[in-house]
Amino acid sequence: MIGGLFIYNHKGEVLISRVYRDDIGRNAVDAFRVNVIHARQQVRSPVTNIARTSFFHVKRSNIWLAAVTKQNVNAAMVFEFLYKMCDVMAAYFGKISEENIKNNFVLIYELLDEILDFGYPQNSETGALKTFITQQGIKSQTKEEQSQITSQVTGQIGWRREGIKYRRNELFLDVLESVNLLMSPQGQVLSAHVSGRVVMKSYLSGMPECKFGMNDKIVIEKQGKGTADETSKRCLRQESCGKQSIAIDDCTFHQCVRLSKFDSERSISFIPPDGEFELMRYRTTKDIILPFRVIPLVREVGRTKLEVKVVIKSNFKPSLLAQKIEVRIPTPLNTSGVQVICMKGKAKYKASENAIVWKIKRMAGMKESQISAEIELLPTNDKKKWARPPISMNFEVPFAPSGLKVRYLKVFEPKLNYSDHDVIKWVRYIGRSGIYETRC
Amino acid sequence: MTDSKYFTTTKKGEIFELKAELNSDKKEKKKEAVKKVIASMTVGKDVSALFPDVVNCMQTDNLELKKLVYLYLMNYAKSQPDMAIMAVNTFVKDCEDPNPLIRALAVRTMGCIRVDKITEYLCEPLRKCLKDEDPYVRKTAAVCVAKLHDINAQLVEDQGFLDTLKDLISDSNPMVVANAVAALSEIAESHPSSNLLDLNPQSINKLLTALNECTEWGQIFILDCLANYMPKDDREAQSICERVTPRLSHANSAVVLSAVKVLMKFMEMLSKDLDYYGTLLKKLAPPLVTLLSAEPELQYVALRNINLIVQKRPEILKHEMKVFFVKYNDPIYVKLEKLDIMIRLASQANIAQVLAELKEYATEVDVDFVRKAVRAIGRCAIKVEQSAERCVSTLLDLIQTKVNYVVQEAIVVIKDIFRKYPNKYESVIATLCENLDSLDEPEARAAMIWIVGEYAERIDNADELLESFLEGFHDESTQVQLQLLTAIVKLFLKKPTETQELVQQVLSLATQDSDNPDLRDRGYIYWRLLSTDPVAAKEVVLAEKPLISEETDLIEPTLLDELICYIGTLASVYHKPPSAFVEGGRGVVHKSLPPRTASSESAESPETAPTGAPPGEQPDVIPAQGDLLGDLLNLDLGPPVSGPPLATSSVQMGAVDLLGGGLDSLIGGTNFVAPPTAAVPANLGAPIGSGLSDLFDLTSGVGTLSGSYVAPKAVWLPAMKAKGLEISGTFTRQVGSISMDLQLTNKALQVMTDFAIQFNRNSFGLAPAAPLQVHAPLSPNQTVEISLPLSTVGSVMKMEPLNNLQNNIDVFYFSTLYPLHILFVEDGKMDRQMFLATWKDIPNENEAQFQIRDCPLNAEAASSKLQSSNIFTVAKRNVEGQDMLYQSLKLTNGIWVLAELRIQPGNPSCTLSLKCRAPEVSQHVYQAYETILKN
Repeated sequence: MIGGLFIYNHKGEVLISRVYRDDIGRNAVDAFRVNVIHARQQVRSPVTNIARTSFFHVKRSNIWLAAVTKQNVNAAMVFEFLYKMCDVMAAYFGKISEENIKNNFVLIYELLDEILDFGYPQNSETGALKTFITQQGIKSQTKEEQSQITSQVTGQIGWRREGIKYRRNELFLDVLESVNLLMSPQGQVLSAHVSGRVVMKSYLSGMPECKFGMNDKIVIEKQGKGTADETSKRCLRQESCGKQSIAIDDCTFHQCVRLSKFDSERSISFIPPDGEFELMRYRTTKDIILPFRVIPLVREVGRTKLEVKVVIKSNFKPSLLAQKIEVRIPTPLNTSGVQVICMKGKAKYKASENAIVWKIKRMAGMKESQISAEIELLPTNDKKKWARPPISMNFEVPFAPSGLKVRYLKVFEPKLNYSDHDVIKWVRYIGRSGIYETRC
Repeated sequence: MTDSKYFTTTKKGEIFELKAELNSDKKEKKKEAVKKVIASMTVGKDVSALFPDVVNCMQTDNLELKKLVYLYLMNYAKSQPDMAIMAVNTFVKDCEDPNPLIRALAVRTMGCIRVDKITEYLCEPLRKCLKDEDPYVRKTAAVCVAKLHDINAQLVEDQGFLDTLKDLISDSNPMVVANAVAALSEIAESHPSSNLLDLNPQSINKLLTALNECTEWGQIFILDCLANYMPKDDREAQSICERVTPRLSHANSAVVLSAVKVLMKFMEMLSKDLDYYGTLLKKLAPPLVTLLSAEPELQYVALRNINLIVQKRPEILKHEMKVFFVKYNDPIYVKLEKLDIMIRLASQANIAQVLAELKEYATEVDVDFVRKAVRAIGRCAIKVEQSAERCVSTLLDLIQTKVNYVVQEAIVVIKDIFRKYPNKYESVIATLCENLDSLDEPEARAAMIWIVGEYAERIDNADELLESFLEGFHDESTQVQLQLLTAIVKLFLKKPTETQELVQQVLSLATQDSDNPDLRDRGYIYWRLLSTDPVAAKEVVLAEKPLISEETDLIEPTLLDELICYIGTLASVYHKPPSAFVEGGRGVVHKSLPPRTASSESAESPETAPTGAPPGEQPDVIPAQGDLLGDLLNLDLGPPVSGPPLATSSVQMGAVDLLGGGLDSLIGGTNFVAPPTAAVPANLGAPIGSGLSDLFDLTSGVGTLSGSYVAPKAVWLPAMKAKGLEISGTFTRQVGSISMDLQLTNKALQVMTDFAIQFNRNSFGLAPAAPLQVHAPLSPNQTVEISLPLSTVGSVMKMEPLNNLQNNIDVFYFSTLYPLHILFVEDGKMDRQMFLATWKDIPNENEAQFQIRDCPLNAEAASSKLQSSNIFTVAKRNVEGQDMLYQSLKLTNGIWVLAELRIQPGNPSCTLSLKCRAPEVSQHVYQAYETILKN
């Protein structure tokens, strides 16, 4: 198991050092600094073995978090724990920075004592932790409060405490998708997938039992197997509305979701944590709506000049607006000057980033825009050709490129007197670009 | 108020000031002071001098302050054991506190203080806490048992904590169960023999129930523990799999990977015909792909594991090639791993896409990545024959870029392509020769020299090219020198008239001016070959080379199986067994996959039927032993050779035909326990020398023919694999008893003692009848011969082949094949009538026919030769000038084999027909016949 956990600043100075196992000595702190942080060459693996001691590290801005062990630990667990540790710290004091860590070092030690025991991760849900790790100093708790805390930390529903009350029961669902694309210069889709998340913000009283439904192909088809009559009706509807259901390649759920129920009935039921959490993640690869198409044209005119023309086409309903559009066209390292003309938005050559960055604030669906640039090159005797990195794109659109639709989210709280109808529900869809690249 | 100020005080006299503050009356000031102490401790300052003052602050009802003091205690108690006693009272008192959080805190902290005197006081509170009414205290106490065990294992056993811990597995609270499982698993690891976890269907059921309810971390502990369980049959395996599969949708990647581990392991037990098996395969792919959308560090762990899974069960991800395409922004470690998996998944169906991608990667920035991409193109050419032409033209395009490292890498792989497809692509040699000057890496230079030497007859100026290399002979690396030597000898054999001078020059450079023994030896061998018999030299040096294998760098199957048991852990990231990177006794327990339980099949023929994949399916993996003979035939460059490795096959000369395929069932794995005292690595010279001398020993080492036929001793465990201990041996059968003759040689510099041996379970239950007796300690360079009597009463298990040797710290593993004829018993002569009846009784489809070639014996000689190995002639008859011998034999486990041997005088080959109720053994009986008749 994890033998120790260290946090360093960018210079390699230790900010936090907590050793859990006897086999980890103080010299481990220095070994990591010397061999990884100060290594002459950038380290090429997140797992490093130095003198039979293994170091796992992740970096958040310029802070290094390192877990150390001498045993054959579950490596995936260690990284998951490090990420969780970052989440917990962020939930307590915001951004993970040297200053914040120094300011909260007592708190961090207290957290580390609680969420890692002898190197075994323990309950690390912020909701539960915040009930008893408070930094408020002496807080006199009644006996009931104490046992409530312990039963929550160890209980089956470790992510939610009892007795939550809201005057207004409200919930927000955000379907956040990032659409990834790799396209060949000829416009052939080399790979495309959507990775989506359903984020829920719940302000619900009591211990509400929730059931979430979406247009998952498997579920829809199962229901369609009802009477023949119904099926034909459904077909009609399907024709009128276009795509009805989507094929989900795979999905993962927050630990509050009853996985065995999903496995057997494919229904998503859970008791949500209070406040914001990520209900599920999913991935689709079929029938993706690609919001933009990028058509590049690069021509080498002699040895010292390049002509670049890029056309982007928006491919969604004209009534919708895409925002924050940014096209990044890489330029060779020996670029000496660039002239750009674009129809819409603003374009600028950024020498420090070796790219032309073209920004458009808004663009409606089914539109087209174009940029052309002339790139002057310095003659070089470097034999190696320019690698031509792909043209990448960023954007945000108000729909889900996978086609996912929320069908319902039902709330039941048998003990309190509010029903599903009393809950105010909000649903929002946001599609963002993930790695959206076109080779040129 | 911010705490960062505590980090900044560096003035002198600080300790003194802190002391004063710690003893202050004001609570706030005290707390400030303790914070300062902890901050100093963090940055590595020694504040142990403040020990008594800090401990004095322990008695407080401020929880935050208490925790800080505890933190200090955990760090310094070991350096001040006497003073640490001062804290005991508070701990004991806190363990009785009404607040469960404080009780848990006290027991948790106490377990972290590694001071004997404190540990004594810990037992009572711990016992109470294990039975505390509050689950939070119980779950903390469960982990505390593991802590205490780490400090004083005996104490834990004496106090009966292990039983209490076992009881906690049935606790009502899932988190308590999870922690108890974690603690027990850890303790069990250091006691591999004890049956601590005692997993049985009931306890497994409890764990599976807790699995649905506990935290994500608890699920990991439970799944990792489940993976160690061995279900009793395929039905139980299936039902566990069914309950574990929902975990594949968990958001925590570690839960997913641990579930994958359980499934991959238990899948071994399921029959491939089962519908469920197919369903399970399909269910595994999506979660594995999803892991690739995690953070990069986890992606890396996932990819290292997928690399193993793809080797074990390629069918799972064969349609998922696209997800392994490299993204421009992937960190380099993710890129390199994806590339590896792409090559493994490359097939005729997707090769066009893969090649297009690889070409794209070859123009990237990162040098290592580009090199690997170029190498990958070469590997595709070798793996997918249809793509070879396209690969070669892609490589030529890349050579045209003139980027130095790309060119060099391309030449190295083109050499391999030549080896795989001879006489096909040699037209590109001209292009390669153009780049001769730009090669500055030894591997590329050696590859180029190999090409020039190999195709000397097609390259007009081959002698000039090689001569130009010869100028700087002494500055070249050994690899290049060896290759140059061989290439020039080849050139000489092809064009003797023009190159006599050149060859003499290189031979004298290699033999007289070099300090490198390898080079010198090879030089001398060539020299002697050339001077004694040029024709023979030509045959040896220009011999046809075996084609190189399709798959290089596959993980050796036994190691792969072991690593599959470690999915998700560090071992799977390093691709090494835990013993390679974990110190001491922990984690060196070898894990292995469960055997496939083909329940119906095994009932009928328990003694044979090869298990696992048929031999053709398992890719040939080349053992890592240096093939010395191969070296001589200049195969040292490039990937290993397919087919039997040359060195081993010739060493085992006598037994060579026993190496044939399909012998799975006859392979007995043997664990050899070597002396723990000989922990000094063998000196470097020994293994090389030993390999050579073994080659020469063969001429004299043919066994005598008294009793059953005895194969000459073969090296089973080379010295370099076992810290200087070399084992060679053979099997004999004399008057009813089987024995294993061993020759142990100490090639290390230290005395070896305390030998012991253990056999793996095998098909015929072969096991030692007496312990291994080595009376005197084995001093360096000494050799002892031991005969170890064997019996066939050991436990029987159908074996998968243990292909290779594994070397542990002190325990060495080796595997060897035992020839079947040692199992032929003395009372194997069947009555004539009985023979006839049985022959008719056995259905014809059980009859197998074999040809034994080059066996110019007459019936009499054959009969007597076979008789000495317990194959008895029941009857003899002459039909149309052919001698027919009817023979019978019986195996130790009571299987009768009937044989008809047809010998035609004047014809060197004879025909053997075998009939047996267990047709699986026929092939091996035939091999035994062949071995006996030919020796």
